[in-house]
Order: sequence, then C-alpha cells, then structure tokens
Amino acid sequence: MTTVFAVIAPGPLTTVQDAGRGRFLHMGVPLSGALDPFACRVANRLVGNSDEAAVLEMTFAGPHLRVLDEVDLAVTGADMVWSVNGVSAPCWRTVRVGRGDVVRVGQARSGCRGYLAVTGGVDVPVVLGSRSTCLSGRLGGIEGRPLRKGDRIARGAGELLKRARRLPDPPVYGRTVRLRAVPGPQDECFQGSLNLFFEAVFQVTPRSDRMGCRLNGPVVQREEGAPQGIVSEPSLPGNVQVPPDGRPIVLLVEQTMGGYTKIATVISPDLSRIAQARPGDTVRFDRVTIEEAHAVCREAARRLAGIDALLALPVSCLERLGLPF
Amino acid sequence: MLYETPRFRFSGDRGLLIEYGEGVDLSVNEKVHRMTALLQRALPDGVEAVIPGYCSMCILYDPCRTGPAALERHVLGLENAQDRREAAPARTVRIPVCYGGEFGPDIGFVAAGHGLSEEEVILLHTERSYPIYAIGFAPGFCYLGGLDERLHTPRLETPRTRVPAGSIGIADDQTGAYALETPGGWRIIGRTPLRLFVPERPDPFLYRAGDRIRFSPISQEKFDAIAVGDQA
Repeated sequence: MTTVFAVIAPGPLTTVQDAGRGRFLHMGVPLSGALDPFACRVANRLVGNSDEAAVLEMTFAGPHLRVLDEVDLAVTGADMVWSVNGVSAPCWRTVRVGRGDVVRVGQARSGCRGYLAVTGGVDVPVVLGSRSTCLSGRLGGIEGRPLRKGDRIARGAGELLKRARRLPDPPVYGRTVRLRAVPGPQDECFQGSLNLFFEAVFQVTPRSDRMGCRLNGPVVQREEGAPQGIVSEPSLPGNVQVPPDGRPIVLLVEQTMGGYTKIATVISPDLSRIAQARPGDTVRFDRVTIEEAHAVCREAARRLAGIDALLALPVSCLERLGLPF
Repeated sequence: MLYETPRFRFSGDRGLLIEYGEGVDLSVNEKVHRMTALLQRALPDGVEAVIPGYCSMCILYDPCRTGPAALERHVLGLENAQDRREAAPARTVRIPVCYGGEFGPDIGFVAAGHGLSEEEVILLHTERSYPIYAIGFAPGFCYLGGLDERLHTPRLETPRTRVPAGSIGIADDQTGAYALETPGGWRIIGRTPLRLFVPERPDPFLYRAGDRIRFSPISQEKFDAIAVGDQA
C-alpha cells in the first residue's frame, strides 16, 4: 500500500466507489458502487486494474490532488476539464504523474459523473465485501463520507503501464437522454397512462442524488382505485417509482426496499446514461420487452469484450490501425 | 393471504419478483423467508442475490447467464420439494434494552397516549417475541410485527436527523431496531448496548429476516457493563 494523493480540495461530491456491494442486500445494505458502471470499468481497465478495483467518483467537478508517488491515472465518464501542473490532460486515456505534481479536475463540459482510476485501485478497507461508499449508511469508502480536504489516498498493488492506453471511441453525452425501460413491476396501476409515460418528455431536477434521479414533467396518473402504495418490496436500480404526487423517480444505488408503485424499470445497460444526466436534461423512456432488454444486455457484454481487447492495445498501435479518436 | 401459486413479475431485466401473497401477513412472510433460505442455500447459476420483502422476494440475476423462465422453473421446483423438507426452526435472538431516560426519549409519549405507566410499557414490550418481517430502509434496520395493540403509536411528525445505533422504536403497529445511526421517524423507547451491526464480523448482523426477537429490560448499570464488554 502506497499513499499516492493528498487532497488539496475535494470537489463538490467525490466518493470512493467500486462495482458495488451485492452481498448484503437482504440485510438492507444498499448496492452502492459507481453510478456509471461502464465509465468506471473502462477507467479501471485503462490503468490495468481488475473490475473490482475502486475509483473516485466525481460529481459535476473533481478534486485537486497533490501527487505523492509516481502512478498512472485515467479520467473517464463526464467530459471533465483536467490538468497536471496546469497543462491540460485528455479524458479516456492514461496519464503518468509523478511525485510533487498537482492534478486539478475541474468542471464537466458534458455528462455529470467522472471517474478517476489509479494504478492498483483506491485502497480503502473492504466493508461488507466492497470498498464503495454508501452515504446514507455512512459505510465504506473513507469513513463512509465524501472526500475532504486533507484526506490522503492510498493505492493497492499494481504495476505501472509499459505504454499509455486510450479508448478510441468514447461515449458522447448530450442534453437528451433516452432510456429503454420494461413496464412493471406495478404497471397495472398505470394502465391508462402507460402510453403517455412512454411518449412524455421529462426533465432531471436538481433534487437528484445517488439514491434516485427525480424527474419533472407531466404528472403520471394512476388508475382509479389503484393503491397509492404497496407493502414494501425489494427495489432495484432502474425502477421508476411514482409517488402519490405523480412525479417519477428513477431509483439508483442507495435503496433496497420501497413501498411506492413502479411503472417501469430502466434496463441495466442504460443505467450509465441516467448516471450522466444533469439537472435540466431531457429524459424520454422507450418501451422494450424483456426479451429485447436481454438481447441488449448480451450485445452490451459483447461490446465490452471488444473494448477490453482494444484497451489492451497501446496508443501507438491504435494510431497505426487508424481507429477513430 | 397466501396465494395458491406464486406470481412472477419483472423488475427490469435483472430482477424477478415473486409474490407469495398480499399484505402484512405472518403466514405469507414465513413462506417468503422459507423460500429465500432455500434459494440462498444453493444459489442457482447466474443468480447474484435473493432479497426478501414482506410478501415477496426478488431474485437478482445476470441475464447473460440465466433468464426468468429457468428461474421460474427452479422456484416452482423448490416449492414442490419443500413440503418434504423440514423448515429450519426460526432462531430467537435476545436483545437487552435499557428503556426510557436519555435512551428512550419517547417512552413517556407512548405511555401517556395509552394511559399506561412507563413500567407497563416496558412490560408489554418485553412479554412477547416478535417475528422479523423484513430488513431494509437502512442497513440492518428490522421491521418487527405483532406489537401489542396498547402500544400502537404514530410516527413523529418530523423525523429526527440522527437516531443513535441500537435505538428501539415504535411506529404504528410495528416495533423495530436501528442497527446504525441514521435519520428516523419512529418513537424511540429504549436502546440496546449490543452492537447489532459489526462490519468486521463474518456474520456482521445479529439477526436475519425470519428470526424472532425478544427484548429484555436492563438497568443503566447493566447497559454500561454490556456496552464495555461488547466493544472488547
């Protein structure tokens, strides 16, 4: 274990996250983990880490860090303006930094959540099988809280790269987010408004956090006589719950049970998109069947495998192949 | 009310919800925990987690490795097999509680609302064991059913921002325990010195859904003694 960063300024909300905490959902312990699993995974792969390694999740803007030991970094996800000693650095590729360097991750030009991966992964104690921070339960990460000025960050074991790596074709985040969703599990409470839900245009509100993305737009009416709520049942990321006020909330990673009815559920490969939505962005839901959703999952898994192969190639090789940058 | 056959619903592309009945009903809830335990004993291929609720459970699966049809068959197979198996007996977990005073700031409200003395509230709260219907809202927070009618008390109008770990509360017809310090709106009547949640332990929680909990009253001195011992 080596201490690699001292936190000069923490950014608006920077937390340690990994692939999530799935082992204690039955004990009310939220999944937690990176809201954008794709960007998190690519950040780790860029610096040569396994999928289990922890990264820093940065919201709207990132931290200022003093580098205490030579290491490789990658910043992915939201298009954050970042620099090393005042010289601007690219996202979605690895950058070597050395002792005494100052890394400043600024505002996101597009997207909402950036991921900073470091060789060996951010090293914090494993709590209930994960290093991710659960803010509501004050668990994991650094004392269960966001980064603070003065924190020191250590990394796990891992070799520095022989050559830089980059993702040739990174995602672009617009101000319109389309989310594929499967109706249910309580769509019968909304039969009359289901079509409207899938045609409506919603906006992300500023009252969104890691627990859920709250939407404004047309009020989603429930059927005459349909219950306002249900006996609490397990909830999952992507569930679109509709409280009695008719304003949908897309549940994210800090909830395990709920008593609100759920009109539809965003499919798992599209959760990365909602993670990158900013307040004011437009959200539309596209109806898919469960079979279509599973086909998308398999396609996403194939694409990830392809990306893994590309990431293993050094930048010079990608340039020779003439792949898009 | 228990359904004759379970009902299956999609909770997105990774969740299969299985409903065993309706409402807050002990026989339905017992069925949920029996099936959850059976599934957790040998997780089918591609299943990542099984999460029990009040009258349903959710199977979280990897759609690249399994699918709802296979899982439905598996669950129905367990259903048919389980009559022949002996259900594991529910454990009763004993939890000592120091009632009233600084540990139970709302015990006076609960007592006054029902024309009881604080001693009577303690007696009514400790004379029976409670089934754990569900665990959720916050890590390790347990929802217990079967509270004596004379103790039913509405939630706080404004939830507290911090309820200390170990607090024992009442909300309407339920009682429960806070395993972690969190915000909360339940009426707090006491606190246990036991650490209900210790992340470093192999089994980090003292209980699981489906167990029963029995509270026993202790003095402040006993509270301090146990608290010191439990930290060690």
